[in-house]
Amino acid sequence: MSEKNRFLPYLREDRLPHIFCPGCGNGAIINAFLAAMEKAEMDFDNIAMVSGIGCSSRIPGYLKCDSLHTTHGRALSFATGLKTANKDLDVVVFTGDGDAASIGGNHLIHAARRNINLTVICINNNIYGMTGGQISPTSPKGSFGTTAPYGNLDSPFKLAELVAAAGASYSARWTTVQIENLVLSIKAGLKNKGFSFIEVATQCPTYFGRKNKLKTATAMAAVMKANTVFKSAADRMSARELEGKIVVGEFANIQKDEFTENLERISVEKSGKKTLINSAYSTEL
Amino acid sequence: MAEEFFIQGNEACAKGAIAAGCRFFAGYPITPSTEVAETLARELPKVGGSFVQMEDEIASAGAIIGGSWGGTKSMTATSGPGISLMQENIGYAFMTETPIVIVDVQRGSPSTAQPTMASQSDMMQARWGSHGDYEPIALSPSSVQEFFDFTIKAFNLAEEYRCPVLVMADEVIGHMREKIVVDDNIEVVARKKPEKTDDYLPFENIENGTTPMPAFGDGFNIHVTGLTHDERGYPDTNTPETHHNLIKRICDKVLNNKDKICSVKSEGCDDADIIIVSYGAPVRSAVEAANRARANNQKVGYVKIDTPWPFPDEQLKEITKNASDVLVVEMNLGQMYYEVDRVLGKDTNVHLMGMIGGLLPTPDEILDEINKIGGN
Ligand SMILES: Cc1ncc(C[n+]2csc(CCOP(=O)(O)OP(=O)(O)O)c2C)c(N)n1
Ligand code: SF4
Ligand SMILES: [Mg+2]
Repeated sequence: MSEKNRFLPYLREDRLPHIFCPGCGNGAIINAFLAAMEKAEMDFDNIAMVSGIGCSSRIPGYLKCDSLHTTHGRALSFATGLKTANKDLDVVVFTGDGDAASIGGNHLIHAARRNINLTVICINNNIYGMTGGQISPTSPKGSFGTTAPYGNLDSPFKLAELVAAAGASYSARWTTVQIENLVLSIKAGLKNKGFSFIEVATQCPTYFGRKNKLKTATAMAAVMKANTVFKSAADRMSARELEGKIVVGEFANIQKDEFTENLERISVEKSGKKTLINSAYSTEL
Repeated sequence: MAEEFFIQGNEACAKGAIAAGCRFFAGYPITPSTEVAETLARELPKVGGSFVQMEDEIASAGAIIGGSWGGTKSMTATSGPGISLMQENIGYAFMTETPIVIVDVQRGSPSTAQPTMASQSDMMQARWGSHGDYEPIALSPSSVQEFFDFTIKAFNLAEEYRCPVLVMADEVIGHMREKIVVDDNIEVVARKKPEKTDDYLPFENIENGTTPMPAFGDGFNIHVTGLTHDERGYPDTNTPETHHNLIKRICDKVLNNKDKICSVKSEGCDDADIIIVSYGAPVRSAVEAANRARANNQKVGYVKIDTPWPFPDEQLKEITKNASDVLVVEMNLGQMYYEVDRVLGKDTNVHLMGMIGGLLPTPDEILDEINKIGGN
């Protein structure tokens, strides 16, 4: 049985086929998420997904769970409210590099600072896929996009490092070439009671590939593989040696108090009861 | 039984929210609305609720939409600069039919202008602020008691029609202190859970209405998107009929219930030649001006609009049908004036008394305008 078939019960079959291009990394990332979810022994019915806008943010729409497809960049704001309203839900956020780090950059660092118990899968294809190949805040310096016809002038954000520095209790980066590590990291993120950020470096053959003379997904995967450096090795390398490399591994994995637990603690102190769940449906509060 | 309190408008708003069942507030500090957030930061944990100070107003609007889908009545409060930032997510709430309450304590605008002075300059933004076609519900309180009552009403309307409701207050009402009476048995509309049937459609095209809304985690596994969606909630962005049916339903559920939603109060209009029309804080001066004019044997009445949106066309037409002139008093350079003119302009002379600068128009200033029109 193929991977895809195995996971069919988790998909909204009535929405298939999906919109992703052939060779896009999003399919492999969906499979990695579902494998991690099973490994973590999560109750799929208790998962609620939130996403912003972009190809990557379309993923929750194909999964058979409650899903909130929100506005561009704002997924983490909606997720913060959802998780605060019902801390029993396992809230998972799918987002892209543009969604999370450009328009949503402020929400990203603040959600990390709060260490709110969300699992964020950030699909970093170094480009704006959905709008047709404009550069993003993670596009490598010198790479090409429709809005960088002479090469990108800016230096990219290192997202996993940024989020770790902002206060997340779990942060990691992998690529679609290291699916097994990715699965283990997503599993760790799902189990971590705090803000968990898993950046997945992936290929967008349609736009990043075409604009940067990497015509196929296979060619892109080969470059990704060749440029990958494990964090343990990277720690011993100079900045110059690390230029253009993708450092993979964990950037934060610490114990830290969590936002909605703290809110609940105050509620118990002040009212003698836990934060209310489903209160909108009640007249007697 | 009833209890009395002598409190500030913004505190009354917070109190009303809790009475209405609000258990989640997300916001960002801004004068002159901040006391709403401060009061709820203190009071919500005492009733099992949660308060979050977000990183900005965009996040605040997003968070309360998330909170609402999490099964909690949710609210934010802000002023001009903040309501500008919230607009995209407010549109998302209309499109996804998410009940939320947004309180705007209006201040001098545009830009940061006059943080501690009053205005009513966000009225058109309440109507058209987000891109697209939608029909907002907005309430304007004229007293501290009404700020309490209308906040409760806003939550009830939000649940009844599954949509955002705006409470368009102003700095005068937000910061003044008055006595309010809080009844024991306040009417609170609870959200209805849908039935779990095989053919349940979260965005069903039902006649004149609002489909019951499940909470995330209830097992309905629904998809909610701001893209044009079919009755299942699935994106269908290229079929003209899907978009037409969705948007028409979202608009019609408010428009077809205007007689239930709209609220207008009036006095002395049957035989009046001149009628003052206002809403929010200026109503206080309008009432006094009309009373003084009457005492002076001038045929003057007044209309107080509780619900600027949807605009009460029919009620206004009926109440003012015998008057030759209508004077719209508002704290901007003309916003609701254009609505009044649209509705009455054909048969009535509609005048504007638009005041900016931050001070409430006084009864004398209104009387001067009436005398200019010719109130004999
Ligand atoms: C406020 C706003 N600005 C711009 C857009 C247009 N837009 C849609 S998706 C997108 C970029 C998405 O890029 P990314 O998050 O990297 O997702 P990808 O498609 O690459 O997976 C943009 C700019 C929008 N929908 N909303
Ligand atoms: S445009 Fe790029 S990111 Fe979007 S589906 Fe196609 S390959 Fe994937
Ligand atoms: Mg991208």
